[in-house]
Amino acid sequence: MKVPVRITVNGRRFEHEVEPRLLLAHYIRDLGGLTGTKVGCDTSQCGSCTVLIDGVSAKSCTTLAAQADGANVTTIEGLADGDVLHPLQESFWDQHGLQCGFCTPGMILASYELLRTNASPSDAEIRHGLEGNLCRCTGYQNIVRAVRDAAAQMAAAGQ
Amino acid sequence: MSSRIFGSRIRRREDPRLITGSAVYTGDIELPGMAHAAMLRCGHAHARITRIATEQAEAAPGVVAVYTGADTEGVLQPMPCAWLLPDAELKIAPYPCIAKDVVRYTGDVVAVVVAESAHEAYDALDLIEVDYEPLPAVTDPEAAARAGAPELHAKDINGDDISGNQAFHWTVAGGGDVELAFAEAEADGVVIRERILQQRLIPNAMETRGAVAQYNRATGELTLWNTTQNPHILRFLCSVVTGVPEDKLRVIAPEVGGGFGSKIAAYPADFATVFCAMKLGRPVKWIESRSENYQATTHGRDHVQDVELAATKDGRITGLRCTVYAGMGAYLSTAAPGIPTILHGLMLSGCYTVPALKEDVYGVYTNGVPVEAYRGAGRPEATFILERLVDMLANRLDMDPADVRRKNFIPKFDDGHEVVTTLNYDSGDYPGALSKLLEHTDYRALRERQRAGPSNGKYMGLGLTSYVEICGLGPSQVAGAIGFQGGLWESAIVRFHPTGKVHVFIGASPHGQGEETTFAQIVASEIGVDVADVKIFHGDTDSTPMGWGTYGSRTTAVGGAALALAVRKIRDKAKVVAAHLLEASVEDMDYEDGRFFVKGSPDRAKTIQDVALMANVAWTLPEGVEAGLEATTFYDPPNFVFPYGAHLAVVEVDARTGHVELTGYTALDDCGPQINPTIVEGQVHGGVVQGVGQALWEGAAYDEGGQLVTGSMLDYALPRADQLPDLDVISTVTPSPHHPLGVKGVGEAGTIASTAAVYNAVMDALRPLGVSRVDMPLTPERVWRAIQEAQGS
Repeated sequence: MKVPVRITVNGRRFEHEVEPRLLLAHYIRDLGGLTGTKVGCDTSQCGSCTVLIDGVSAKSCTTLAAQADGANVTTIEGLADGDVLHPLQESFWDQHGLQCGFCTPGMILASYELLRTNASPSDAEIRHGLEGNLCRCTGYQNIVRAVRDAAAQMAAAGQ
Repeated sequence: MSSRIFGSRIRRREDPRLITGSAVYTGDIELPGMAHAAMLRCGHAHARITRIATEQAEAAPGVVAVYTGADTEGVLQPMPCAWLLPDAELKIAPYPCIAKDVVRYTGDVVAVVVAESAHEAYDALDLIEVDYEPLPAVTDPEAAARAGAPELHAKDINGDDISGNQAFHWTVAGGGDVELAFAEAEADGVVIRERILQQRLIPNAMETRGAVAQYNRATGELTLWNTTQNPHILRFLCSVVTGVPEDKLRVIAPEVGGGFGSKIAAYPADFATVFCAMKLGRPVKWIESRSENYQATTHGRDHVQDVELAATKDGRITGLRCTVYAGMGAYLSTAAPGIPTILHGLMLSGCYTVPALKEDVYGVYTNGVPVEAYRGAGRPEATFILERLVDMLANRLDMDPADVRRKNFIPKFDDGHEVVTTLNYDSGDYPGALSKLLEHTDYRALRERQRAGPSNGKYMGLGLTSYVEICGLGPSQVAGAIGFQGGLWESAIVRFHPTGKVHVFIGASPHGQGEETTFAQIVASEIGVDVADVKIFHGDTDSTPMGWGTYGSRTTAVGGAALALAVRKIRDKAKVVAAHLLEASVEDMDYEDGRFFVKGSPDRAKTIQDVALMANVAWTLPEGVEAGLEATTFYDPPNFVFPYGAHLAVVEVDARTGHVELTGYTALDDCGPQINPTIVEGQVHGGVVQGVGQALWEGAAYDEGGQLVTGSMLDYALPRADQLPDLDVISTVTPSPHHPLGVKGVGEAGTIASTAAVYNAVMDALRPLGVSRVDMPLTPERVWRAIQEAQGS
């Protein structure tokens, strides 16, 4: 049995017939051809697969593609405005908030959600807000700095 | 010039592709006609296979083929062990890629399914019927070495008996008579004894392992994309196992998402994937799931250590004696025998003058995932022994732990110091590092605060580590002498194009450490080109020169040296060409900041770009000088490098709940001159947190039947952002006297130091409660129980 889904990913509209069990993460990667979204575990712990569904972050490995029918999905590939990086991308780069880069797409999108709901978080709030995303390289320190820096940049730019 | 770009905190050039999702990891590779493989892992810790039926799986939708050990036997050679530890009665057990008769850990592969999609391949795994006759299992290394324990292997690859599951017995002894030192200490001094369990750890690179294999039947050429830390070694081993000649075998490490040692080894599943691609004539992709990663990708540590320290009554160390049972898992992984021995035992005297030392290490087969290098690889297990014993000595003598360390440090040296294990440390100032750390953290004030007593049931504790590590592996002659089946040099090719742009081809294979940036900084500082004009190529065996890989904090220490020397060769040649163009003699030429000029006439000059153009068009060159501007260097280090440092952890332990909070952490590290301090600090942050993870949260656990009960990220506690304080990272700079850039290495430093620092801090906090020993990880339950026991007794 297959179900029809219509999902807009980064502004591009897709229509597919998919198995009901297909996860959104695999939909994005295999049918959407967008491999920036990573799958790092199979129990919804690591957060590497984090995307935005209608502007709100979600772990795409625990979302069925069918559940996202009709939704607007933003992945890491869709975060920049053309060639202009999102302030979070700039800050992760500036503050050395990544090393191997595998957790980074999910980490940046989880940070996006954090700043969406709290534009000026304290370090403790940043750490708490990112507890659902695992990074093995950075010890999180420069990720916290990056989010703090991005919050300041976005506030200054009135975003 | 060197002062500007060498040492500057430029942003990483790796990052734009990583922050935009355009980087290509192994799992992102798509090839026309590609099929997908899934491995059937046996799920038994120890069992005999009595029947395998694959018909149903073969008939399942989308399935292309199913292969078992019967298909690969004789085609795929057994997995090689590449560290043949000498003088250790090494017994290498046969390690088939696909098990046919007996399985020895839950991750042993018994069949592989290839299907049109990964989903179909995984679905079909459930349709393979395997009958097992369970055998008794053992996962604890000390228990496995006891008489009567279940035996994993009867014979080694030479047909010799393996008894007591013993893979090897290695000994290091040095200095004076260690037995005498202990007898004297028993009579008129102090002897400290401790049992230390260095628990099994799961490395947890965020990218799991995987492979894509493509075979061209017409040409006999094989390309293997793989999540490896060392593509050239993998090509070598893949050739041995699959029979594809090295010249027809190309290994590519694309973007690799962390390794921490777990991507050094060659793995059965990689070669099973190659087998499928060759058999089917189609590209085949295999990507490990996280639970599969836990069951099959190498683990770290797993030592049971009985350790003893002899000292005088005033706190001077006189002897160290250790017996270690090191769990090796079911088979000897690629580099496994060298980790708990060479990289461990030889560092056992650490920063201290230890007059007499002896260690026996028993490598033991167990029904677990093979144990390999994991960040620090042998050195954290050595540092922990010393640093714990030194703290216990301080407690016994009622001295401050810092004072006991000071009493025993090797004095400052800057050009070699031979220690009791015969290693020759390059340079160090261990007392200086500790003093600076104590001053920076205001240690005395912290002790004052601690003396004020617990507040609200929370006990404060301070934990120190002084460490020295062995990095920059290493001289190839030494590699040969210690049984490492390869060299340990690195090579670099530097090529100037006519417009002065530079390509660097390097054999090392960074996977997150940022050497595309730091290597470009080395080139720019050595020859005055803009750092943006330098492109670094790595990870593809067809386009890069041979190199031995990224592990042991050696990429910058060894690969960076090769690169610097290659650029210096170019500078020498460029000077000759510039002299010719300026009609001056070479002796009259000077160089500064990318310009070659006649001494005293700085206006009579040629830039490196001018020279690159002329060398490439070759219209006029000095006699005997070849066209082109390119150099190759093979750098084989004359000795290892020995970074060192001192760390302080501050904790609060809630005696009512056993909860440990890391409230502060300061790391002082000396890795020599820092090419990019931001990158150095990032390495320290990550390393420290991995070591904190071992002390407080992480541990792979098997049940009595040999099932991995920490089988997913639900059960294995990785450090999270909200559990950690802001780390304070500082440094000193002591160049290595024998290194062209003076640099040492920093990838593992944090992990080597932090486990012991945090453990010591927790024990320091628990001291008033009568607790001096809790097995790691120091979970609230374990700490709480220890407090209850101590209070009850």
